Amino acid sequence: MEKGKLQEYWKINLGYLIGLLVVWFVVSYGFGILFVNQLNAIQIGGFKLGFWFAQQGSIYVFVILIFVYVALMNKLDKKFDVRED
Amino acid sequence: MDVQMWTYTIVGITFLIYIAIAVWAKAGSTKEFYVAGGGVPPVLNGMATAADWMSAASFISMAGLISFMGYDGSVYLMGWTGGYVLLALLLAPYLRKFGKFTVPDFVGDRYYSNAARTVAIICAIFVSFTYVAGQMRGVGVVFSRFLEVDITTGIIIGMCIVFFYAVLGGMKGITYTQVAQFCVLIFAYLVPAIFLSIQIANNPIPQIGFGGAGADGIPLLEKLDMLHKDLGFAAYTSGSKPMIDVFAITFALMVGTAGLPHVIVRFFTVPKVRDARISAGWALIFIALLYTTAPAIATFARLNLIDTVSNKSYEGLPNWFKKWENTGLLAWMDKNGDGIIQYTGKNIGGGDAFEGSKPAFTKETGAHGEPLLSNKPNDNSNELYIDKDIMVLANPEIGGLPDWVIALVAAGGLAAALSTAAGLLLVISTSIAHDLVKKQLNPGISEKSELLFARVAVAVAIVIAGYFGINPPGFVAEVVAFAFGLAAASFFPVIILGIFSKRMNKEGAIAGMLVGLIFTAAYIVNFKFLNPGMNKPEFWFMGVSPEGIGTVGMLINFAVSYVVSRFTPAPPQEIQDLVDSLRYPKGAGEAVEH
Repeated sequence: MEKGKLQEYWKINLGYLIGLLVVWFVVSYGFGILFVNQLNAIQIGGFKLGFWFAQQGSIYVFVILIFVYVALMNKLDKKFDVRED
Repeated sequence: MDVQMWTYTIVGITFLIYIAIAVWAKAGSTKEFYVAGGGVPPVLNGMATAADWMSAASFISMAGLISFMGYDGSVYLMGWTGGYVLLALLLAPYLRKFGKFTVPDFVGDRYYSNAARTVAIICAIFVSFTYVAGQMRGVGVVFSRFLEVDITTGIIIGMCIVFFYAVLGGMKGITYTQVAQFCVLIFAYLVPAIFLSIQIANNPIPQIGFGGAGADGIPLLEKLDMLHKDLGFAAYTSGSKPMIDVFAITFALMVGTAGLPHVIVRFFTVPKVRDARISAGWALIFIALLYTTAPAIATFARLNLIDTVSNKSYEGLPNWFKKWENTGLLAWMDKNGDGIIQYTGKNIGGGDAFEGSKPAFTKETGAHGEPLLSNKPNDNSNELYIDKDIMVLANPEIGGLPDWVIALVAAGGLAAALSTAAGLLLVISTSIAHDLVKKQLNPGISEKSELLFARVAVAVAIVIAGYFGINPPGFVAEVVAFAFGLAAASFFPVIILGIFSKRMNKEGAIAGMLVGLIFTAAYIVNFKFLNPGMNKPEFWFMGVSPEGIGTVGMLINFAVSYVVSRFTPAPPQEIQDLVDSLRYPKGAGEAVEH
């Protein structure tokens, strides 16, 4: 593959990484730790929201993030013709 | 059948399954031994990774820790799952593309240096042995309680089983055994949780149940907060650790997860780069099944425990309390002689019931039939000693569940401990046979001799691990936390920089690893072993505990690597081309030996 296209592929990949890692940081360190007290003022069912993010919500989001990344990259691999057969 | 018979039967059957798989999956080549031939389907690899990853600490200790720590226990939940996002996005696909057998292999080749390889081998062995000691201890705890043998015998039985399938099957045997072990451990974990959730919250899904309400209509978590307040403990849903420490510990556990050699090596075993990405996703789904259930178990167990023991007369306690006293994991010291159990926390003058970290029984019994202790009582109102490890193991008995469930939990605990131990032992053996002997000492070694060498190395590693299990260096989960700090401070930066910075050279990598590792190890050893009396927030560096110090070690590693690499020559062109080729999937091929 030519160098320019490879660089473009890598740049888009890095863009995905940064976007997904921002979400990763916000749900765990943001909602679960830094703003936990503020979010705990909101109660859904028997859960305080900040506590819920720390013990449940962030884990669900982590799973979703990986599958979103897989889907994005599979599409990107095809577009740039670097997909393995 | 009684509990004992059920336990022998269920544990026996699972052991037979593991051995049968080992015989079926016997490794014939080094490639099968190191990376299971590189052809494991992603879903199965996800299960194997989950079992490899979920250790005795996850299965036995974690829910117990959370039930005592409440919100503070979230560090384990987020930390031990969030690392998989880093693995899937930042490490797994590139390492798979690189296509070698081990992490030291990557470090050695990417940094074109046998010195870097050697540092990585030392890190891998150090991290793995730290971690494996905790696993063997976990095996001992489960055996001693459920098979009523002493801990040493239990560990020796466990060693024999691991010996059989790790030595014979290598990675191939371990992978398929771990798939079976995952099924056993997740079933064993979910069954009692579902029973308890139905009993306590009237909801079959524990993840939802613990946000529900009991028969009195008060939400369980609110009730627990009130009980904690009344008994003098920190509020359950807000915890007591300072925010910076919660932050640092969570980060150290996440980055540590992404840097653990026995987890990373699992992504070398799938056929393609895209399989490496998705198998991290599968792994996290399988892990999340347990990790989202753990806080529910913690809440149920904590409520049950307080309801059952607090301010109750000793003579009227259920049978399970007395059974667990026999294992030394539970003890009551009637300080005020009223025959009633006072269980109190720091906020109203409670604390540790007596001096010494473990109860020492005198073999005599007191006025109410309780086993007497020779420990010196502490000057506070608390009378109860509870080892956190019993919260999961005793759960079925506390809930009054059928005997076969109790036996199942024993089998699950063993599966969790043995699968992780096997994965770690393989890392140790590969580091020695492949990275040290084949790559450095004797490159001309034949494949047959290398395979023999790998098998001998596993055998030796098992004996050493068993020794650490019998003479444990500390508490199960605590020891495991060290391994994470060390992995975070050594491997994570060196791999990330190896992929994402073409300019990173061998001088930077070696300096970073050494400084990160030495700083982190020195901090932990100082506070945990040399000066345990000083292990308090006012003496900690910026308020970060030894459990969270890996985060600082990692930052130091990154900083040192960066600075040193800027003052030393850039890596040669072929290395920069290698880094380029890591970055796109086509042409990854199979895991190859160079």
